[in-house]
Amino acid sequence: MLLSVRAVEKSFETSEGPQPVLRGISFDLDGGRTLALTGESGSGKSTLLHLVAGLDVPDAGMIEVEGWDIAQMSDATRAALRRNAVGLIFQQFNLIPSLSVIDNLTFHARLADRDPGDVRGLADRLGLADHLHRFPEQLSGGQQQRVAIGRTLVARPRLVLADEPTGNLDEATGDAMMGLMRDMVAETGAGLLMVTHSERLAGMLDARLHLRAGQVA
Amino acid sequence: MFAATDTDLPDGLPDVRVAPDLAPGLLLADIAAAQDILGTQRISRLLILPGARDGLTPLPTLIPGSRIVEPQGGADVARLTDSFHLNLTAFGLLAFAVGLFIVHAAIGLAFEQRRPLFRTLRALGLPASRLTMLLAVELVAFTLVAGTLGILLGYLVAALLLPGVAATLSGLYGAGVAGQLSLSPVWWLSGFAMAGIGLAVAGGQSLWQLARLPVLAPAMPRAWARARAATLRRQAFGGAGLLGLSALLALFGTGLVVGFLCLGALLLGVALVLPPLLSLVLDFGSRAAKGAVAQWLWADARQQVPALSLALMALLLALAANIGVGTMVGSFRATFTGWLDQRLAAEVYLYASDEAQAAEMRAFLDGRVDAVLPVTLAPATLEGAPGEIFSQTDHATFRDNWPMLDAVPDAWDRLAAGKGALVNEQLARREGLWAGDTVDLSQGGTRTILGVYSDYGNPKGQAILNEDTFVEVFPEAQFLTFGLRLDPALAGPLVADLSDRFDLPPDRIEEQGAVKAAALGIFEQTFAVTAALNVLTLGVAAFALWASLTTLGTMRVPQVAPVWALGLTRARLAQADIVRALLLAAFTAILAVPTGVALAWVLLAVVNVQAFGWRLPLLPDPQSWVVLALAAMVAAGLAALLPAWRLWRMAPADLVKVFAHER
Repeated sequence: MLLSVRAVEKSFETSEGPQPVLRGISFDLDGGRTLALTGESGSGKSTLLHLVAGLDVPDAGMIEVEGWDIAQMSDATRAALRRNAVGLIFQQFNLIPSLSVIDNLTFHARLADRDPGDVRGLADRLGLADHLHRFPEQLSGGQQQRVAIGRTLVARPRLVLADEPTGNLDEATGDAMMGLMRDMVAETGAGLLMVTHSERLAGMLDARLHLRAGQVA
Repeated sequence: MFAATDTDLPDGLPDVRVAPDLAPGLLLADIAAAQDILGTQRISRLLILPGARDGLTPLPTLIPGSRIVEPQGGADVARLTDSFHLNLTAFGLLAFAVGLFIVHAAIGLAFEQRRPLFRTLRALGLPASRLTMLLAVELVAFTLVAGTLGILLGYLVAALLLPGVAATLSGLYGAGVAGQLSLSPVWWLSGFAMAGIGLAVAGGQSLWQLARLPVLAPAMPRAWARARAATLRRQAFGGAGLLGLSALLALFGTGLVVGFLCLGALLLGVALVLPPLLSLVLDFGSRAAKGAVAQWLWADARQQVPALSLALMALLLALAANIGVGTMVGSFRATFTGWLDQRLAAEVYLYASDEAQAAEMRAFLDGRVDAVLPVTLAPATLEGAPGEIFSQTDHATFRDNWPMLDAVPDAWDRLAAGKGALVNEQLARREGLWAGDTVDLSQGGTRTILGVYSDYGNPKGQAILNEDTFVEVFPEAQFLTFGLRLDPALAGPLVADLSDRFDLPPDRIEEQGAVKAAALGIFEQTFAVTAALNVLTLGVAAFALWASLTTLGTMRVPQVAPVWALGLTRARLAQADIVRALLLAAFTAILAVPTGVALAWVLLAVVNVQAFGWRLPLLPDPQSWVVLALAAMVAAGLAALLPAWRLWRMAPADLVKVFAHER
């Protein structure tokens, strides 16, 4: 099993005491499969995605990536997991502002000591061929989103975690990006867990997990 | 009888009152009391105030043997102390400039941090003029508090440094400086005026930008906007222009003010070219880096340059000032000690009270020393200005050691034959006279200049004649001072013998070492103020760097969080932060070295010549530069430590907030 989530709970401290965000979430994801994570705003989708990525640790429960329990890992091991096994696509792109487009595209792969491969070919498919030496701030939101998707495609991780990856794209471009991600999953046997509000996009994936008030609905 | 608070007084003086306004080391007494104490009826000189009526009997007629000496601008004490003050003012202004950079950076960062709030307030209907006015009031309030603290601290520093400065001016130039400070209204006014000007210069740009900020200003960080090539190009061109101007002023300009303008253009020019140069170097480093982390580190450092540039400029100016002034003082010290070794070649210096004692001493010394070298001088008008003529015995001591800057062939033989005179550097530079020219020595006649010697610390023109010629010109001159040459090992016992035999107090017989130590003591005191200002400037710059890095540390979290999310640990990111600060400090220090050397050159070759009349060789001290560069890097490392530690200890939940648009 690529990803196994069992009875995960997470709450955040507020001035009114602990605020539960996730309550006993459990699910599995195999390699080569895609899973849509849906739910209303505040239902805990992004928090779950961040826990799976090893950006934070659950208060209770277990998250295993390729059999390794994230909660038991040290900070350095979790960083190594993100570097080597996980690819993150954020809704707000979160590109590295000091690096050019081409360096952003290859950054994750090089960090993981992987050959970036045919980056220019991919950039062409992403519609970024003319922008390779620009910096993120010089791009539109849609272009930045494509760079963020491209960064993960170049890194070829075993687990792709995407948070509204096509939210800033028009429908046609969004569909094209989805196609690229599904192609990668099919080619590399990676798993894709994608947060989306779009019923249409959720319908393109193999399965769906709907959250409501921190629980699987 | 009056003396300053800390003046050392000999025993037996009647009723000395403390006069805080007097310079230390000066005793003021009625002329009759002074004659009693000094055991003489002679009056050395009368100061004649300007504005005497026409038609009065000339003084040389009233007082036979007297001579009127007109004041001369070049050697005037007021001019020398003015130049000393100008030096201090220049360093004060440098510290002010460094402060301006810091305040500018701080205001810029503070406004940058609150930019989203300003946009929101504007979007909610707050007029730009009102927002600008509110922030201006906030800045004025801060300025008033900071200005008050600054004036009080300035007073404290001045009070601590004043005795040393007064003693130096008195010791070097005989100039009296009030020994006590008062915190006058003028101080307050000028202090607040400086703070106000500083605020206008440092905060004006930010306020102006705020007033013109469109309601829906793009979310592009200002740091990025400022890093754009156009801005850097403008800075590079402006800086290069100022450096060119500085070079032109150094080569073709004359006068003290031009010297300081040259310094100002040099420092401002280098400060302006620092960000574009740093960007170029860091860009090159980013392109040349092999690994992803190394590439990010270089690129990230480049991106931080605009936000850190003012603090780095302040660090550059402080380092350059330290290197420049350190090189100048080091060159001065090395030249001065070498010169002292040459000029004070005799092992013992002996001062007789009168000619009878001098004769007794010479008889006593016969056979006990290798040579007795009589020294005497007479005041004289040299090229129309007050100066002095020295007598010199023809001896190997002088031939081997005298520090000549320029000389005709066989100068010493010709001097011994009475065929000319030696003149000091001050007289030579002031009058533009060098070896082979003729010099007017008034009663000493017009003589060929056989050589020009360096004579540091002496504001007056000076000439040297052979002893026989001197006695012909000044038959009444008394030879009461002697340099004694002997085996250095025998100097101590001889001093003891002479002291016993003639009942000499310590100030009438001195070993070479004591004279040198006293001269060096005065020298070190001269630069104590400069050293204090140097440390202050460097400390302020380091503080600015710390403040900028700390503020940036908070603002940079959204830039660092994605790198962390992609698999770099917080510890590694914190290390990168420190390495980045070290990298920037190292490049700044590297640029500061040539700037500091250029600064030292201008100080030694332009300002010093104009202010004091002598030129010193530039003696580089690379070891001290390395030490200073390391100190700058240590300061930068320490400045980066707190923000790096915060990043290292930052909770993952706080970093995740960057990505969280919902929970």
